[in-house]
Amino acid sequence: MSVLAFSLLALGVAFVLAITRAALGPTPFDRVLAVNTIGTLAVLAIAVYGFFDGRPEFLDIALLYALINFIGTIAILKYFRFGTLGDHPHSSKKDKSE
Amino acid sequence: MAGFLVNASLIALLALIAILALRLHRLFAVVMLSGAFSLVAAAQFVVLDAVDVAFTEAAVGAGISTVLALATLSLLPAQEKPHSISLVPAFLATLTGLLLAVAVSDLPVFGDPKAPIHNHVAPEYIIGSEQAIGVPNIVTSVLASYRSFDTFGETLVVFTAVLAVLLIIGGYTRTPQKPKKAKRKTKGSQNAG
Repeated sequence: MSVLAFSLLALGVAFVLAITRAALGPTPFDRVLAVNTIGTLAVLAIAVYGFFDGRPEFLDIALLYALINFIGTIAILKYFRFGTLGDHPHSSKKDKSE
Repeated sequence: MAGFLVNASLIALLALIAILALRLHRLFAVVMLSGAFSLVAAAQFVVLDAVDVAFTEAAVGAGISTVLALATLSLLPAQEKPHSISLVPAFLATLTGLLLAVAVSDLPVFGDPKAPIHNHVAPEYIIGSEQAIGVPNIVTSVLASYRSFDTFGETLVVFTAVLAVLLIIGGYTRTPQKPKKAKRKTKGSQNAG
């Protein structure tokens, strides 16, 4: 019981640290990493809170969050790699012509 | 007590993220913080036993809307324009928040059997729905018979939304085709002439 309470507390501290990095982070990659960390922390918080509350039935929600977090990170990185999301055939032609 | 502490710290985290997002002027950082806000809000909803709302918040708030905001960001400048704080909207938002906070104290306690929602039509459905409708499952009879028009409207809304999304992202984009344009121009000139 106390172990779970302590891990919840530690997760809270980690949340604050990650949010600070997301707000301060000088480069965009700091922010991407911070938001990814916040997502992982949310997954962990849901799992730990389930056992802390004595009802670990919602563990599958934590799995869903892990998947969504992954998709979000992929989208952000694609935005950085290509500058846009999705392929715009005539906009890319414009870029080439200009 | 522990539940109260968890709730309070999650709310404090949400307020912290919101204030930071307001203070920042780099739009990318604001998008990132709004994604973090949605994830923390989803964790809060799980703690409050609203699991379906948490699902929606995680899928829409943290997933799709972050992606959409990024797609918008690729068309916008990276920095927010400097502007001063306007007082009237701030006053209105504070007033609404205070009114909501006052209204929360009038809500019935969670799981209270005497709450209006448990005493309005629910007993009637539980007792009489099988004879009136003939469907043994109460939820099905409520959705498909008592609220059939509501369900029909919802289905229409979802169908329209799916159609709109398919039309927007499904490849039906206008591609500039030179010969067609020329034809249109000649037609237009003929009509004008």
